[in-house]
Amino acid sequence: MKNEMSMQFSANSLNEGLARITVAAFIMPMDPTLEQLTEIKTVVSEAVTNAIIHGYENNPEGIVYLSASLDTETGKFEIEIRDNGCGIENIDIARQPLYTSKPELERSGMGFTIMESFSDSLTIESNVNYGTTVKLEKHFSTNNAFIH
Amino acid sequence: MSLFFDYEKKGNALCVRLKGELDHHTSNDLRDKLTTLIETEDIHHLILNLGQLDFMDSSGLGVILGRYNQIKTRNGEMFICSVSPTVGKMFEMSGMYKIIRSVNSEEEALLGLGVA
Ligand SMILES: Nc1ncnc2c1ncn2[C@@H]1O[C@H](COP(=O)(O)OP(=O)(O)OP(=O)(O)O)[C@@H](O)[C@H]1O
Ligand SMILES: [Mg+2]
Repeated sequence: MKNEMSMQFSANSLNEGLARITVAAFIMPMDPTLEQLTEIKTVVSEAVTNAIIHGYENNPEGIVYLSASLDTETGKFEIEIRDNGCGIENIDIARQPLYTSKPELERSGMGFTIMESFSDSLTIESNVNYGTTVKLEKHFSTNNAFIH
Repeated sequence: MSLFFDYEKKGNALCVRLKGELDHHTSNDLRDKLTTLIETEDIHHLILNLGQLDFMDSSGLGVILGRYNQIKTRNGEMFICSVSPTVGKMFEMSGMYKIIRSVNSEEEALLGLGVA
């Protein structure tokens, strides 16, 4: 069965936690391990934080869009996080470990590297002045899934 | 969704125990408080205990790296203690284990500093 959800929220840092727990609850049917759960929460937090601090430059009037789908038969989980913010000029540079455009905010430049490492696939689409969409995929094993 | 911390001063070392969630939302407050504590209490060495931390993302890496730089200018050493597997992977990826020592307990860090 394929399940879908979507939500949108203000670009307010308070909503980073909201996005994490919502997505954590959404993947529960796959009975993720604690480590898988923590990793999914981390990638969500990275993408949402980027939309808020880079995409909208902390302007809470911006709206962050999140949608996810989960196929409980195949174990395929997909999530998309989108902003209509400033966009990324050079995605190849942005993806590099330790690259940050905001060192003065004590960012480590590890967000995209973490998203890549904690998921099975990361796609970034971006247009300057129009915004950024981050798509992530993760495959859960269906072996020990209980019936929900 | 919040972050709490308590701390204990041992000589010129500060043990900080974090509890809760360390993300962009909670990191700004932690950064301000730690920066001030290190200055006003004349701290040289910092031990960050992550044993009770439920969540941390790259915002946490940024705060820790920032405090490492602050401690370095004071000729001190920095330790992180009780790191979870997921947070450990993030430290590994960022190369932070090359500059910050990871220990199993606060005592181990204090022994290493000769403060215990
Ligand atoms: N949604 C976005 N809109 C605009 N620019 C972005 C967006 N996401 C990322 N970027 C750009 O890509 C760079 C790299 O992002 P990444 O998440 O890897 O590092 P960071 O956010 O700067 O630091 P960290 O995630 O470690 O706190 C950012 O510094 C920013 O310039
Ligand atoms: Mg980031």
